[in-house]
Amino acid sequence: MTVDFDSVRLIDVSRHFGRRRALSRVTLSANRGDILGLLGPNGAGKSTLIGILATLAAPSAGEVRFDDHPARALGAGLRSRIGLLAHELHLYPELSARQNLVFFAELYGLDKCAVVDAALERAGLHERADDPITGFSRGMRQRLALERALLHEPRLVLLDEPFTGLDDRAVDLVSERLRQLAASGSIVVLATHDLDLADGLVTHVALVRDGRLIADEPAGTGLRARYRALIGAA
Amino acid sequence: MFLRTAWLVLRKDFAIEARSWEVLTTTLFFAASCVLVFAFAFVKEGRAVEDAASGILWIAVAFSGTLALGRTFERERYSETLRALLLAPAPRPALYIGKLLGMLAILGVAEALLVPMVAFMFQATLFARPLLLLGLLAGGTIGFAAVGTLFAAMLVRARSRDVLLPILLYPITIPVIIAGVRGTAALLESPPDEPIALMWIGILAAFDVVFVTLALWTFEPLMTE
Repeated sequence: MTVDFDSVRLIDVSRHFGRRRALSRVTLSANRGDILGLLGPNGAGKSTLIGILATLAAPSAGEVRFDDHPARALGAGLRSRIGLLAHELHLYPELSARQNLVFFAELYGLDKCAVVDAALERAGLHERADDPITGFSRGMRQRLALERALLHEPRLVLLDEPFTGLDDRAVDLVSERLRQLAASGSIVVLATHDLDLADGLVTHVALVRDGRLIADEPAGTGLRARYRALIGAA
Repeated sequence: MFLRTAWLVLRKDFAIEARSWEVLTTTLFFAASCVLVFAFAFVKEGRAVEDAASGILWIAVAFSGTLALGRTFERERYSETLRALLLAPAPRPALYIGKLLGMLAILGVAEALLVPMVAFMFQATLFARPLLLLGLLAGGTIGFAAVGTLFAAMLVRARSRDVLLPILLYPITIPVIIAGVRGTAALLESPPDEPIALMWIGILAAFDVVFVTLALWTFEPLMTE
């Protein structure tokens, strides 16, 4: 059964790996229409946060709630509403672009005829659809991975460095895609180092450092200056 | 939904294998090399050491199976596709069953090579009771692959997975290997000891039920980070 929700909330979420603390008492929320930028230096805990929001990792303490429902109670129905583009691309390099999309479309119970061609078109890969993706550039694989993550029109879209390897035109297309997703009611969470790309795209900013949330505020202009002030001061 | 998911995962693994032939060729090559080396050690003047054939058959299955497990899950690790599978709204135990069926298919092909090879090199009468041999191979392979698939999936993100897999796998699957060896040895007696072989098939079936049930039960919690 598909689960729908309007907001996601992390409440006092901590995550430890052995004695290493990856996240410490993070409280954060995002609503439909938001593009939440998760910003912070390397090792700040952004990917761990994305993993917890994706329900792939469980918090050591605290809770993730989708509307008023704890994530652990929702199971497969919740997963059908989450799309994840991680740093690793979640694609099988031996398979063609089409085979990758068809496999995941079927796994999500989608009508592959309806969604796969449209996804290939959006990724600009229609002419290379039947080539193994080992021969693709990083940018082509990144675009394909993004479309794979969005095949099932997820409510919560989690993106870890989605602009890696993209040229300027592709960056513009992806940015526009993310704006459209948010406008259509998705919750977009975007972890990135690229402050220039995040500036003007995100509607909310969460700054993370050493596993702690040091700022959670509406986005404005001058993101780089605020980032330097906050991260430098923390 | 459960069977469909298992089928999709199995079909995907076949499609990847059909493009690369990587797992099958390395597994078959390793299995054949194993038997060949043992044949030089245990066959003197055309006569094999007593019961060596059954032991070597199962050692070759276990070693080549471990290699196949490692390679199969390396594919899921390379681009972290196992995480993408776990994020799908499919029943997670069905993902396990799909991977298990793929392993069984690979080991089945390996055994189709190993059995005639061992029979020829060790002058072993492995085909005297083909159905009983099939029962032993099926029972042993399911038990071994059931545990192996669970551990290999669990260790995908571990840095020392290549070392940890055999360390975890062999102690748990030793009873399966022993049952396979003793059952096969019973078939190699003259005349074949059918009641003993049947007893070992029964024991293997019990192991299979326990291992598959435990794996299905623990797969989801073990795969949550």
